Amino acid sequence: MVILETVHLGREVDTKKLVNDISIQVERGETLSIVGPSGAGKSSFLRLLNRLDEPTTGTLLLNGTDYKTISPRDLRRRIGMVLQAPYLFPGTVADNLRFGPLQQGKELEDTRLRHLLTQVGLDGYADRDISRLSGGEAQRVSLARTLANSPEVLLLDEPTSALDRTAEGEVEKLLGEIIAAEGLTCLIITHNPAQALRLSKRSMLLEAGQLVKIGPVEEIVHA
Amino acid sequence: MLNEFFKDQLWLGVAQAAVTVVLAVAVTLVGRWWKIHLEKEVGIALVRGIVQIVIVALVLVVLLKGPELVAVPVLIGMIITASVIAGRRVKGIAGSIWVSFYGIGFGAGLVILLMVLVGVIDAALTSVIPVGSMLIANSMNTCAQALERFASDLRSHTGQVEAGLALGAAPDECVKPYTQSAVHSSLIPRIDQLSSLGIVWIPGLMSGMLVAGADPVYAAVYQFAVITMMFASSGLTSVVSVLLVQRRVFSPAQQLLLRPGNSVPSVKKGRAA
Ligand SMILES: Nc1ncnc2c1ncn2[C@@H]1O[C@H](COP(=O)(O)OP(=O)(O)OP(=O)(O)O)[C@@H](O)[C@H]1O
Ligand SMILES: [Mg+2]
Repeated sequence: MVILETVHLGREVDTKKLVNDISIQVERGETLSIVGPSGAGKSSFLRLLNRLDEPTTGTLLLNGTDYKTISPRDLRRRIGMVLQAPYLFPGTVADNLRFGPLQQGKELEDTRLRHLLTQVGLDGYADRDISRLSGGEAQRVSLARTLANSPEVLLLDEPTSALDRTAEGEVEKLLGEIIAAEGLTCLIITHNPAQALRLSKRSMLLEAGQLVKIGPVEEIVHA
Repeated sequence: MLNEFFKDQLWLGVAQAAVTVVLAVAVTLVGRWWKIHLEKEVGIALVRGIVQIVIVALVLVVLLKGPELVAVPVLIGMIITASVIAGRRVKGIAGSIWVSFYGIGFGAGLVILLMVLVGVIDAALTSVIPVGSMLIANSMNTCAQALERFASDLRSHTGQVEAGLALGAAPDECVKPYTQSAVHSSLIPRIDQLSSLGIVWIPGLMSGMLVAGADPVYAAVYQFAVITMMFASSGLTSVVSVLLVQRRVFSPAQQLLLRPGNSVPSVKKGRAA
């Protein structure tokens, strides 16, 4: 079943087409990797999906509903996003996890908080101040923080590229496990062909804002 | 020393101003040596400053003899000018001049009106215009400072702000740390002004009153009242400006507009940071 569909989605800034007329469909529960050279418009495309940027053409259908009819805040809760850098808020790890639900006027239950921390391999970190986290730990908190919102779709913009080799491997492994366990639908940008092969079955290649190819990951990336 | 050479008061004034200009030019040249290019800005400001203040003095002499209501258009004119000056300081935010207009108009305007009604500020033109102009000038500085701080904080924290948005937070909530620090930091000079009163700073107004033979305690207390009004009007200005400006950095679909490379083109040109 198609959960997310882009229809002629595009964004033009100062006559430059950052994202040029992209129409794709994503099945519920699948992971789609997004690859392409630097400056291809991968981040720009992803930012359109949770409406952090406004498209200048086309739209997106979430479960068949035009996303412009959904309030941006509700949309962003349902289509969660993890960025390259974690950008945590000052305070403790628990504060960061509680932030999202609090915006909807909900309290994150303690059992759920502990479960999320276990999922990202950070048992016992709830009261840790974020200034005392390593890069890999911070990125795992950022992932847990997004998951705390119970998103239907997860957008990941090079979530491991700022980490060293060991941390990258750990975070990627956790990510794979969580996606599988929760049956999440996921779009992940990666510049690492091996990572695309490990995490996704299908991939799309962007170049200069254009969709060049979409299909089985083996046909698009070569490790 | 100068008064030995210049017996005529007018020429003495010209000489005094000339000396201070030499000083200002020297300071600017020191900046230039460090590649801080202020020449053009300082040059324009100096010329504007002298021309404006002389014209105003000449106009005031006439105006001060007029009816009390003359104060209204004069003060409104000052508020408009102050808004343009403060609003221009912040680059990249559409309508920042309106923001400062509402901020300064509300802050200084309300305080002046209330204080005249209550009788803290005398309605006589010789009192309401100088005191009013002090309040407006202070509000202008506070407004510029608050807006500048907010814009620069936002530019250096786009990641945090967008992380908040991406978690479904309301725009106001995402920029809260920066609105708070903008208001706070813009008011620090006003608080310092109060606490340094009399020790590091003896304002001209009080000196004038003392020279004119006013009771020293009254002159002092009145000076305190003026500085306290400055704080109040600046505080209102700061809060109103920041509340208004935080709306303008987001699009209707709650997207952050003030992103590096995404804001109004005027951000890119101008002086080196
Ligand atoms: N707001 C903007 N205004 C103008 N140009 C922009 C804007 N945002 C991005 N760009 C440009 O659009 C192009 C695509 O940028 P984008 O960040 O989407 O690329 P990317 O594929 O994610 O690259 P990377 O792999 O380096 O992260 C780049 O040339 C970039 O400079
Ligand atoms: Mg990118």
